[in-house]
Amino acid sequence: MNLLIEAVQWLLDPANWGEPNALGMRILEHLAFSGAVVLVAAAIGIPVGTLIGHTGRGRGAIIAITSGARALPTLGLLTIFGLWLGIGLEAPFLALLVLALPPVLAGAYAGVESVDRATVGAARAIGLTERQILTGVELPLAAPVIVGGLRSAALQVISTATLAAYISDTGLGRPLFLGLKTQQYEMMLGASILVALLALIVELCFQLVQSAAARRAEPQNGRQHRAHSGARERIEA
Amino acid sequence: MWDAPGIVGLPDDREEPRVIEFDAVHKEYPDGTVAVERFSLIVPSHRVVALVGSSGSGKTTLLRMVNRMVDPSSGTVSIDGVDVRSMDRVKLRRSIGYVLQAGGLLPHRSVADNVATVPVLEGRSRRQARADALGLLERVGLDTALADRYPAQLSGGQQQRVGVARALAADPNILLMDEPFGAVDPIVRDQLQAEMRALQADIGKTIVFVTHDIGEAFALGDEVVVLRTGAEIAQQGAPAEILANPADDFVASFVGAGTAQRTLRIRQVDGRDVVVDGDGRPTGVLER
Repeated sequence: MNLLIEAVQWLLDPANWGEPNALGMRILEHLAFSGAVVLVAAAIGIPVGTLIGHTGRGRGAIIAITSGARALPTLGLLTIFGLWLGIGLEAPFLALLVLALPPVLAGAYAGVESVDRATVGAARAIGLTERQILTGVELPLAAPVIVGGLRSAALQVISTATLAAYISDTGLGRPLFLGLKTQQYEMMLGASILVALLALIVELCFQLVQSAAARRAEPQNGRQHRAHSGARERIEA
Repeated sequence: MWDAPGIVGLPDDREEPRVIEFDAVHKEYPDGTVAVERFSLIVPSHRVVALVGSSGSGKTTLLRMVNRMVDPSSGTVSIDGVDVRSMDRVKLRRSIGYVLQAGGLLPHRSVADNVATVPVLEGRSRRQARADALGLLERVGLDTALADRYPAQLSGGQQQRVGVARALAADPNILLMDEPFGAVDPIVRDQLQAEMRALQADIGKTIVFVTHDIGEAFALGDEVVVLRTGAEIAQQGAPAEILANPADDFVASFVGAGTAQRTLRIRQVDGRDVVVDGDGRPTGVLER
């Protein structure tokens, strides 16, 4: 308990927010680095996953790859990439990308695949092109699941991005590793609390985005028509 | 309500021919299943032809050949003598109205946006397409107040009407209907069929529809084609001809010839001719 109080005190100490710890800067680094990883994962995972969901081709391969990748220990990957690429951001970036890709891919393909085939068939039968089906029907209807994949990727990356400090000098992993090495456990715990808080805030943001996407995909349950459904509930009651 | 005045986008196009011709079409899937075996049929302009058969009769496959959702393995489908294979799929589909079971509506778009889908894709302004959509909703007997609702907020019958409105939105000469009223209860179905007849009397499209329900085929079709497995034509003719003279036992049992429902008798009641079915239940009064 003492340690927790010390950690909070360490966090509240203005001195730690200036140099050399510069916590504000560390938070920004952590967020920017994690954000970049998730963005790249999205840029690769969403198109590939969407295509697989749309065509139904390559499903088996993607399931094998994503479940295999999920089993890889990130620390081990980081070590291998570090030995290969040396000190710097490249190795942790790649290691985290391997961590982030499976949930993004899985979300995209599962989301698109879950769209009712009858709806897609109807859209095709009335003359939508494949691209219009993808962008106008499948993606909007799959959006809640796709955002869910991004959300899970973002959470994992933010909590694991502390490892970046293992071979580079970035993010909230820095005070964490420094605290470990110098046996300043209040520093280590304080940094961990910050990571957890960051993860919580990002989780909350994604929840908002996800429910907005769900309202668009299933508008009848959304706020804009609460008046109607409210009336219907009264009638049924 | 179907014949509400002041309708936009539905000019009288009865003079234009729109003949659909199936010429020896054959469809075999890679796994060896033969869905359609050398089927030939001419669907005349402005007529309603019902393809009726149980599941596995290939009727839906035939329908989907017209707008190239399925391409035949051999043989041709042509519209006014032009092989549909020579036409661009997307353009062809936009020029043909398609009505699906349960409407086939896009769940994330409002009723008006669903109806306006094809006109907007074809470059009509959103505002104009929406205004047209309201007119079409009236035409199919829907309150325009439903325009901003979403499909899941409508009843099955209402969704089906929206499906018909959407199929008419680009003013096609041909309508394809796939079990159009199969997903609604019998009372609503009767009503929709009656309104569809009234609408067709007004717009005179060339309509091909498929159904497993012989009652629906008789209710809507000018001509009924009864199909066996593999789209083999068991009998083809006007509903009355088929009822009066079923070609064989298969057709007879399919149309229910000899059953209580189809064996009507006349009984004199208070000097009037009351029509009763095979069980003696009255179904109507004969007008002479």
